Amino acid sequence: MNNYNGKTISWKAAGGVVEVALDRAPANEIGLAVLDDLERFAAALPELEANASALILYSKQSAGFSAGADLRELYALVQQTDAASAAKGVREFLERIHAVLNRLDTSPLTTIAAVHGVCFGGGFELALTCDLIVADKMARFCFPELRLGLIPGFGGIPRLKRDIGNAVVRDLLLTGRSINATKALAVGLASQVAAEGEALRLARATAAQVTKFDRATAAAAKRFIKPLPVEELRREIDIFCQLFTQPAVMQGLRKFVEDAGAHPYLP
Amino acid sequence: MNTVEQTTDEILNLAAAHFKVPRADLQASDDFYKKLGIDSLQALELLSRLENHFGVELPDYEIQGVSDFRTLATRIQARL
Repeated sequence: MNNYNGKTISWKAAGGVVEVALDRAPANEIGLAVLDDLERFAAALPELEANASALILYSKQSAGFSAGADLRELYALVQQTDAASAAKGVREFLERIHAVLNRLDTSPLTTIAAVHGVCFGGGFELALTCDLIVADKMARFCFPELRLGLIPGFGGIPRLKRDIGNAVVRDLLLTGRSINATKALAVGLASQVAAEGEALRLARATAAQVTKFDRATAAAAKRFIKPLPVEELRREIDIFCQLFTQPAVMQGLRKFVEDAGAHPYLP
Repeated sequence: MNTVEQTTDEILNLAAAHFKVPRADLQASDDFYKKLGIDSLQALELLSRLENHFGVELPDYEIQGVSDFRTLATRIQARL
């Protein structure tokens, strides 16, 4: 399936490059619909990988790459069920999203996230599965989960810890602050900073460079340099599920969902 | 080094230009959420523009509860 147009994600493959577009208004919040499309994408990956060298992940939404997990959907689902069923549902969701993101993380393709605007929470975690991040100068990266009484649940901390210094990881995780593209470049999170509106173009230029190399060699290099932090990813799911049962989480979700003001994305 | 007044003026110029509000309509004491008509995502965009313009890092918690241009300028001023 070289081309696909789903409800929330589309992809096309041409010239050795697969381009995957996130496109769910308002800000690519990751809920069940996005997960369904991501799973379709993961299922299509073997065929796409057979004829490509690079993959670009980007957003068609002007607000940014992704604002993270769909907290409104999560809150609504939790309200409809008892605590035990909610916890079970959350674990199932995490297992599914981890399977997809681990598959993307370990793809033999060289993967590039072209990031603009908000890249928060689960959206940040999705970008972190990619080998390279090209950041628009207006991009912002953030792990706001502690505000909800949670930790990032889509594998973000193990992946970020794999890539950059632990002090930066602690700063992002424990303060919940967002950082801009310049800072992301300085700490080694982003590999390039693009002028406003130019991230996708730079990602395409990078992908074109990647296609010049032998695919098997590039895949071997990636396997060597980018191991999947399997144990930490498993532990993250367990810690997230333990924390999810705390009353503070429901309070945090309710506050977020009911906040009609201008501040819900500000940690 | 800029005075707070100069920093405030630069913020007002930047906000007016980007959010397409007449500069003459903006005052230092204005609530920028209301005056610019921005939501939380646009506030983050403003934060990025200010950081890029002044070459500073401004952690989100530093502007928690801040809604007027002058206080925003003092937060930036403290990092110049």
